[in-house]
Amino acid sequence: MHVLPALITVLLLVAAGYAAGRIEALRFFFGAVVPLAAVAVFLGGIAWRVLRWAASPVPFRIPTTCGQQRSLPWLKHARLDNPATGWGVLGRMALEVLLFRSLFRNTKAELHAGPKLVYSEEKWLWLAALAFHWSFLIVFLRHLRFFMEPVPAFVLALQNLDGFFQIGAPVLYWSGVIILVALLYLLARRLWDPQIRYVSLFTDYFALMLLLGLVSSGLLMRYFTKVDIVAVKQLAVGLITLSPVVPAAVSPLVFVHLFLLSVLLAYFPFSKLVHMPGVFLSPTRNLANNNRARRHVNPWNYPVKVHTYEEWEEEFRDKIVAAGLPLDKE
Amino acid sequence: MSETVPKPDELVQIDYRPPVRDWMHTPVQFRRGTFCYAAAPKNLKYLEMPNPRDWQPMDEDWKLPENWREIILEGMRERLEKFRSFRLFMDICVRCGACADKCHFYIGSGDPKNMPVLRAELLRSVYRRYFTLAGRLAPKLAGARDLTVDVLKEWFYYFYQCTECRRCSVFCPYGIDTAEVTMLARELLNLVGCNINWAIEPVANCFRTGNHLGVQPHGFKDSIEFAVDELEDLTGVRVEVPIMKKGAEVLFIMPSADYFASPHYYTLLGYLLLFHHVGLDYTVSAYASEGGNFGLFTSHEMIKRLNDKMYREARRLKVKYLIGGECGHMWRVIHQYMDTMNGPADFLEVPVSPVTGTRFEHAASTKMIHICEFTADLIRHGKLKLDPSRNDHWKVTFHDSCNPARAMGLLEEPRYILRNVARHFYEMPENTIREQTFCCGSGSGLGTDENLEMRLRGGLPRANAVKYVRDRFGVNLLTCICAIDKATLPPLLDYWVPGVEVAGVHELVGNALVMEGEKPRTTDLRGQPLASIQPPEVTHA
Repeated sequence: MHVLPALITVLLLVAAGYAAGRIEALRFFFGAVVPLAAVAVFLGGIAWRVLRWAASPVPFRIPTTCGQQRSLPWLKHARLDNPATGWGVLGRMALEVLLFRSLFRNTKAELHAGPKLVYSEEKWLWLAALAFHWSFLIVFLRHLRFFMEPVPAFVLALQNLDGFFQIGAPVLYWSGVIILVALLYLLARRLWDPQIRYVSLFTDYFALMLLLGLVSSGLLMRYFTKVDIVAVKQLAVGLITLSPVVPAAVSPLVFVHLFLLSVLLAYFPFSKLVHMPGVFLSPTRNLANNNRARRHVNPWNYPVKVHTYEEWEEEFRDKIVAAGLPLDKE
Repeated sequence: MSETVPKPDELVQIDYRPPVRDWMHTPVQFRRGTFCYAAAPKNLKYLEMPNPRDWQPMDEDWKLPENWREIILEGMRERLEKFRSFRLFMDICVRCGACADKCHFYIGSGDPKNMPVLRAELLRSVYRRYFTLAGRLAPKLAGARDLTVDVLKEWFYYFYQCTECRRCSVFCPYGIDTAEVTMLARELLNLVGCNINWAIEPVANCFRTGNHLGVQPHGFKDSIEFAVDELEDLTGVRVEVPIMKKGAEVLFIMPSADYFASPHYYTLLGYLLLFHHVGLDYTVSAYASEGGNFGLFTSHEMIKRLNDKMYREARRLKVKYLIGGECGHMWRVIHQYMDTMNGPADFLEVPVSPVTGTRFEHAASTKMIHICEFTADLIRHGKLKLDPSRNDHWKVTFHDSCNPARAMGLLEEPRYILRNVARHFYEMPENTIREQTFCCGSGSGLGTDENLEMRLRGGLPRANAVKYVRDRFGVNLLTCICAIDKATLPPLLDYWVPGVEVAGVHELVGNALVMEGEKPRTTDLRGQPLASIQPPEVTHA
């Protein structure tokens, strides 16, 4: 079981962040140095990852085709699920990245008596994944209000939309609720489903729990234990302008939040979380199925040992003659 | 059916609960009936492949080269640099498990290491240990493990328990393709001589004689002539099949099973009638006498070595373009690898149907079209005289073969043909056809009898979908466009759904074709009387 080590690790990180917020000597280090270093590691790490992937060529054009090919003009071509052009690929990738098209296909296979195999729709994973990723994006964009003065109009608009129903004070942001529920579902699924639990590694639980810690500390600060927003904004603007200040009014809970975020950023490039940039490079999705129409070039294509016709004819000469088949070399 | 194989009601008692023990520390068990035997040394020697020796997977000592670990790790390093797919698929899996119950081997066996995610993790765990920072520093936390002989054995067992069907890849949110992972894992295994005879022997045969079955030129000619004679008996029409005729318009290449195995043979009869019917100027070759390519189940290099014969022979015979027969993995190679590996085919012309004038732009570079594309176009243009009632004794369903479906998208062409040559056509359930089709369970070189139990398990989802249409609509014929299907589905269906036979699409075309000068047809191409065959009673289950 990898659950417990992951939980303990995240709790230790929470404790470390909290302690740092309380110990004067550590406040600047954890409030400024660590976050900035984490951002550097994140950006550098992602760049390194992507460049490393890009350094390996795509020797063959291997799209997974999920619909009718473009062949005869009177057959309806599946332009998005089996794209034959760059535009089609763009559409397929957009569906994949924005709406998780492939995951949407998900089914559940069950063996009943008979035997009878039944495949039923299974959209919960898709829904939770989509809910998590989109709300994460919204939460991230909303946070720009801490880093920018004046707050950009689109952030304010997003905020208004997110808090549309005007519930509670401060206004409840739906993205905050949705991300929490989605993460809890994803964690519960990993724990309850025996198959998924069996394949799960430390990193799978760690990533989820780290995100849960990050989200919970944020929710806690917004809705329960109030923090000094002005001080937080001072801290945030200091970080983004690379002239960090750590005001005394920044409470330890902010340090927890910031430290978990720093760990997430630094961990990102070295973990499975690189699926974010990686999905764009997947050769089964980002290539057009125009294999026979356009030649794909393999940069390392090399000559191999073959059995030429001449060698073959020589080897089977007697039999070719006996069968009365034509010879090239009499 | 072999005595060692349990009965269907026993085999279907599948326990899906994973073991208590962590997968990384559960060594593999080579249970008879669930794996393939090792490649014979003579085949490896002939192909100049590494480490030929007498050994079997159930042996304790696999007689590996002393530096086997270095060989594998060096092989991984090289492939990580050569294949973006490899590095990416090793890095980005989040283990969401969407692929888990998409694999026919998992559904049929319940073995968690048959979940595509875990199959790939077998390799990923080693990748992380030797090629990532996290895995080197903290192997346990990173999910990394040492490469040991036990791990190698596990690789052998599970990477020869994947049919490279790509069904999981349809469902993966990142398009991770287990077929790609398996292909690369098998390349690594091949570096230290861990391969299976049912893949390597056809490769050796094909390299030498031109086809998997090792049929030599005179045997090839005899087979074709036998088919011509048989067609004359059946239809009264004598067709001409030019062998290695220089200057023909088209070189036709089919899987060797079509001229040497049953029920493939009836598909060959169908092709021959069709070509005669439209007066196609074509030729077949005893040198390029194999459409299939078991190199695909061995290594990228071997794909290229075997595929070389197609373009080479087309050039020698000075044909204009190629048509390929009904074969699944053959079309993966032709569609996704041939042009890249052995092209450019600039000595050929863009395929144009001499009958309809249709220019097959989608094959403008590779210059090879699928027989179903050719035939569908003929039917669409009204160039075939068809009597679909001659297939009335069949209630037909269609099994999409993995590679034409998921590596090409050849979905509607065969259906269009079937609807025009037969009057009773029924689809299997949606989750089991088209891009979601289930493998026969015997692809990628695993169709050997010592592996029968695993084949029957892997074939369960396909067979079960057939059972559905048999019970509901009285389907008694499964059509397909794959030679491995035609070889392995008959025993599979006998086991799970007796009463359903297997045929190629062009067998039904041949039945329906009204040939000029033919005698009244009293039988189908199988020689079965047309009138007396009745579909089985429809039972509603």
